[in-house]
Amino acid sequence: MKTAAPPLLIVNGRSLRIPARDRRKNLLTFLREDLDLTGAKRGCGIGVCGACTILADNKPVRACRTLVADVLGHSLTTIEGLAAPDGGLHPLQQAFIDAGAIQCGYCTPGMILTAHAFLLKHPEPSRAEARRAISANLCRCTGYQQTIDAIMAAAPHYKIKE
Amino acid sequence: MDELKDKAWRNDAAAKVTGRTRFADDIKQPGMLHAVPVYGDFVHAKLLAVETAAAAKSRGVVRVITARDVPGSNRGGQILKDVHVLADDKIRYHGDVAAVVVAETRAQAIAAAKRVRVRAEPLPEILDPEAALAPGAVLIHEEHGTNLIHRHVIRRGDADRGFAESAHVVEQEFRTPFVEHAYLEPEAALCLVRADGVVEVRGSMQHPYSTRRFVAEFLGLPLARIEVVGTPMGGGFGGKDDTAALVCARTALAAWLTGRPVKMTYDREWSMRESYKRHPYCMRYRMGVGTDGLIRAVQCRIVADGGAYCSTSPWVTWRSTVQCCGPYVVPHVDGEVLSVYTNHVFTGAMRGFGSPQVNFAVEQLVEIAAAAAGLSGVEFRRRNMVRQGSTTVTGQVLEGHAVSMSEVFERVLAESGYEDKLRRSSRGRGEDDYYGIGLAMSYRGVSLGAEGTDVCAAVVSVQFDGSVLLEAGIHENGQGAESAMILLLAEELGVDRSRIVYRRPSTSAVPDSGTTVASRATIMGGGAVSRAAAAVRLQMAGAVAADLGCRPEEVRFAGGRLTAPGGRDVGFAEAAQRLYRDQKYPYALGVFPAPRVDWDESCGQGRAYFTWVYGCQAVELSVSRRTGRIRLLNAWAAHDIGRAVNRAALLGQFYGGMAMGAGYGLFEEVAMTGGRLRSLNYDTYRIPRSTDLPDMTAIVLENRDPLSPSGAKSIGEPANELMAPAIANAYFHATGRRRCRLPIGGEK
Repeated sequence: MKTAAPPLLIVNGRSLRIPARDRRKNLLTFLREDLDLTGAKRGCGIGVCGACTILADNKPVRACRTLVADVLGHSLTTIEGLAAPDGGLHPLQQAFIDAGAIQCGYCTPGMILTAHAFLLKHPEPSRAEARRAISANLCRCTGYQQTIDAIMAAAPHYKIKE
Repeated sequence: MDELKDKAWRNDAAAKVTGRTRFADDIKQPGMLHAVPVYGDFVHAKLLAVETAAAAKSRGVVRVITARDVPGSNRGGQILKDVHVLADDKIRYHGDVAAVVVAETRAQAIAAAKRVRVRAEPLPEILDPEAALAPGAVLIHEEHGTNLIHRHVIRRGDADRGFAESAHVVEQEFRTPFVEHAYLEPEAALCLVRADGVVEVRGSMQHPYSTRRFVAEFLGLPLARIEVVGTPMGGGFGGKDDTAALVCARTALAAWLTGRPVKMTYDREWSMRESYKRHPYCMRYRMGVGTDGLIRAVQCRIVADGGAYCSTSPWVTWRSTVQCCGPYVVPHVDGEVLSVYTNHVFTGAMRGFGSPQVNFAVEQLVEIAAAAAGLSGVEFRRRNMVRQGSTTVTGQVLEGHAVSMSEVFERVLAESGYEDKLRRSSRGRGEDDYYGIGLAMSYRGVSLGAEGTDVCAAVVSVQFDGSVLLEAGIHENGQGAESAMILLLAEELGVDRSRIVYRRPSTSAVPDSGTTVASRATIMGGGAVSRAAAAVRLQMAGAVAADLGCRPEEVRFAGGRLTAPGGRDVGFAEAAQRLYRDQKYPYALGVFPAPRVDWDESCGQGRAYFTWVYGCQAVELSVSRRTGRIRLLNAWAAHDIGRAVNRAALLGQFYGGMAMGAGYGLFEEVAMTGGRLRSLNYDTYRIPRSTDLPDMTAIVLENRDPLSPSGAKSIGEPANELMAPAIANAYFHATGRRRCRLPIGGEK
């Protein structure tokens, strides 16, 4: 990270100027309370469960263990920013639906973003690699099987388009 | 007709993948305050004072609430009203809430909570159920007169005679630990007092009607003055019943006293500390087997640690009583199941509800007995399992539905290649890592059974344009209950599911339909939907039958049309409009009362459940010789669920249940020291990660149940109650060592 980070934060493509008083804020609280981006969830508050996962420059970040200052100058993607501007679902989101990977939905935003970052780097994963990719995102409902199905089903799209 | 048929569908999926779903903590209200709980650092103590002055003067604090501020009854509970919603006379466990701090911001409330001082005089801590039962033991609830919460017995035949007739008698003790539900979303509630004087409660809960009772009694208001609307729930697994209701009650009081909307969202640490767990069991079993390999007798004494409050202990242990011998025919049974107060965190409903514990014991016990009788576990099970017309250990004849125990068992044997893999299991021999396969099977009474009143309501209202509103008295816990109801109704009315909108029910709109636990959503909610749909069909058919030239009952509903036997038809919307013009409504309240059950508590005999589900699971694993680490390699599950309503959601229950069962078997345990939890977050309480699990195979059997209006039965809990004993049996086949204490991975 640069020494003097510019006071800009890009959130889902939108540039925000961050006043000094907000830079010491917890990133998850800032997203949820100040920006009303409530897709990222607080599950544990200690960076273990992954429900607060967002992407900074397409790399997974645990928002609950991050300060706003730590991501200044970076481009953040939250779950609200993954679909197309017209609201059309991202193929990975559609794959989660089609594979039945959705139950309570609390881990889902973090799970999808983790999978998205993984597929951007590994568009042709094996099932075992997909399984490892989500090992730091806890889900109590699904047993992960349909989640892995969804990642495998969405993978071809990453090879062609992204 | 539907090209997406083999793809999964849920009414709430698009909102969940885009982050639009608003869980309780995602909702805000103008002028909203924030509340947090305050605990005293005591396990058992006489409360002297809750000193709030310093906290009340803290920045941003609007109010500090203690038991003195409760306008109604400070006692809550579903069976015994023994919960002191805010501590008044004593602290009974480390998670008792002594005060609630209400402030302008959450940070201010948390800061002020540290300045509340709970003064109390320690009392002897009772942490062992047997010690709690000893004569002269200090009482945790003096007015209850004993630390015994409840004792169920089961007496069938003559156990002494049964053991006398036995050629082989085996005995074993089994123990299971406290287990945390670990729903990803901690408890949260948002309450406000509306201008009409109604207290509106939103929160993460699976029993809105019970929550309504808790809130009403706590505030001293009639039920009609409380409106509970569940929010989308971030997991429950039985755990968002009592604790969720208590959180709602305290939040409602804060709103009542301040006149402003109040939100209370739990941290994980508070949730783990305060919320109830799955009961730890100590189970002593004895089984006698005749020379013919048939079970003659079972004797068991089961003691459950109920912790500080009764909660649902009598119901949980009742299911354990009914299912204490597993799915086997046993002519002579003598058993007792006790639940006992201690100063541990209280215990209550958790997915399985008293079955995971006894299954862990019984499914190992039958293999121990089989070995004593010189039989394989497979052969022993074939000889002893329940079949069509069998009589259960409570004297219930299994009839009126397909008793498919054998079918699920044989399917798992075949699909897993069980007997071949069993022959290849290492049994502690060889140079490489140990390898083994194991299985477990169960039958499970569906819904509540003789536990309590079991009825469910649903409202179907066809609109003027042919769109349909549906409400049912069951709750979406994340399992897909709403979607299942929509799919059932679409089929019943012969319309596309896109016409139907599921309206999240409020307790003020749909009659009390009980709790969404006991795997009862699909069978009970589905039953009510079927009944409502049948009534609406009759109304609509009645309006158009004359024109169609047939009798109302001959009208067929399909493809969005009402069709007479001769082929004349009318559109669904047009039929609805006809009814409206006749000054009638295509509207019905459907009620499904569970079919008759009966129970004699004095001897533990009766028709316990109106129908049963049958399941079998197997698992293949390796055990490192060096580290003892267990790796699951493959897993199979076969369940007869009556009928698959929503296939992908059904499979989700299979996999999720197996995963949770695997965690129970391998490593889950709430660690405690002297009644204080050491497991307070996911770093100290481990739940299965993706890499802890193998690929799983689901085998779906569908024998439609005649007693279920929709034909469907249950899957949520059946899927969760077998993996731990299957792992234990596989571990034995791999290493030659029996593990009679859960978790297995924790015992090297």
